Amino acid sequence: MEWFLANSAQVYSLAGQHLVLAILPMIFGVLIAVPLAQLARQSRGLRSVVLTASSLLYTIPSLALFIILPTVLGTRILDPVNVVVALTIYAVALLVRATLDAFDSVDEDLRQAAVAMGFKPFARFLQIDLPLSLPVLFAGLRVVSVSNISLVSVAALLGIGNLGMLFTSGLQRDFVTEVVVGIIAILILALLMDAVLVVLERLLTPWTRAATATGGATGGATGGADSSSGQDKTGSPAAALRFARPKTGGGNA
Amino acid sequence: MSNVVTDTMAWLTDPANWSGSAGIPVRLAEHLLYTGLVMVIATAIAVPIGLYVGHTGRGRVAAVAVAGALRALPTLGLLTLFVLLAGIGLMPPIWALVILTVPPLLAGTYAGIASVDRNVVDAARAMGMTELQVLFRAEFPNALPVMYGGFRTGVLQAIATVSVVAYINLGGLGRYLFDGLVLSDFPQMLGGSLLIAGLAIAVDLVLALIQRLFLSQGASSQPNRSQQAAVDLTDPVPAGTVVQGGTS
Repeated sequence: MEWFLANSAQVYSLAGQHLVLAILPMIFGVLIAVPLAQLARQSRGLRSVVLTASSLLYTIPSLALFIILPTVLGTRILDPVNVVVALTIYAVALLVRATLDAFDSVDEDLRQAAVAMGFKPFARFLQIDLPLSLPVLFAGLRVVSVSNISLVSVAALLGIGNLGMLFTSGLQRDFVTEVVVGIIAILILALLMDAVLVVLERLLTPWTRAATATGGATGGATGGADSSSGQDKTGSPAAALRFARPKTGGGNA
Repeated sequence: MSNVVTDTMAWLTDPANWSGSAGIPVRLAEHLLYTGLVMVIATAIAVPIGLYVGHTGRGRVAAVAVAGALRALPTLGLLTLFVLLAGIGLMPPIWALVILTVPPLLAGTYAGIASVDRNVVDAARAMGMTELQVLFRAEFPNALPVMYGGFRTGVLQAIATVSVVAYINLGGLGRYLFDGLVLSDFPQMLGGSLLIAGLAIAVDLVLALIQRLFLSQGASSQPNRSQQAAVDLTDPVPAGTVVQGGTS
């Protein structure tokens, strides 16, 4: 605790870097995954190509990806861009699947009704498909957020600044406090991000609160996966699964 | 650029790197050994708990919360913490890896059991099966695809995380990354990375093949569309399952 107080400025600045490295990929991930999923929905063949490619990319361990990317991108190995691109790849891989599921979760009757009301395809996508698939989409986004925040720390092994630096320097100096502070800081970041996403989802999907009475049971940010899939269609095992969806291969190291 | 690529190819094809105690086969074996060890321990912990939680429905909230909290733990932080507290050696990092591998296995197991069609369970009970028989003869086989999905995820995660273990003086393919980093030997780092990526993909393909050849698709996965979707999302990988599960 004393160490933290003495070094809080440093911890805050590392946390700031950490957050930037974790959030940027999420934003890019959504921007890429949503159109990609919409595209993949057009044909069955395309769909399986996209899903296969994304799962293949997701299999590559992050540490390896951090090192392979500079060669592909022509960046320096210490360039934070590598981390952002690597995590964006994982985010896209995860979100494409989540988005496809999300679009599938939209009631086909509603889609038909929209067509009957004269919605053009693009307007229908923006005003019907996208909003209604938000709950499932957000469930995926929350998984991405947690795994991103944990993954960013791996980049510290290569010397890219973030909270993971506390681990490497703690190990080198045989200083447990620093490591513990790092773990706690990362957990807090993950909880905060999760809370932000939950709030954001609620703001964007006001109708789910009206529709389901059970949606509000948020048992702590990391624990309350169920609220994210407010629609009663997805029972709690499904929600739990989705949430507990592990950070696999790439996901983890 | 091309220089790096050719250097890496040279490193990968250099016979000197394929023999001796620091050779690629040895590192590969170490990598697989650590992964196997982690999986054995993690499975022994996660599957019984998952079966219990899934079958009885007791402690589900706790299981979700624990699995979620464990997920948020940074791998690297946990590894360094364990090493600092327990010292260098084989087991401290292995335990850290076990902690990280338990959540996907646990989630896969209990979600698999819990997602089995209740009619199947009731029918089994009506036929006079004991609770244990219900669990192992009705629920377990039906839950197997989902459970296996969790297992695959766990394996991949273990393979990925084992490469970080090299940072704290253990072997495995990760050694090449960190040795290369210290020496600024980029071809070695890149070569090591390619090996790790290749290993992960190869292992996953093997696991997918095993699933396709030996495991039933599970009777419960078809009727409920939303559960099907959830299962797909959990299962990170594979071509094989994607084609089977995703398009149905």
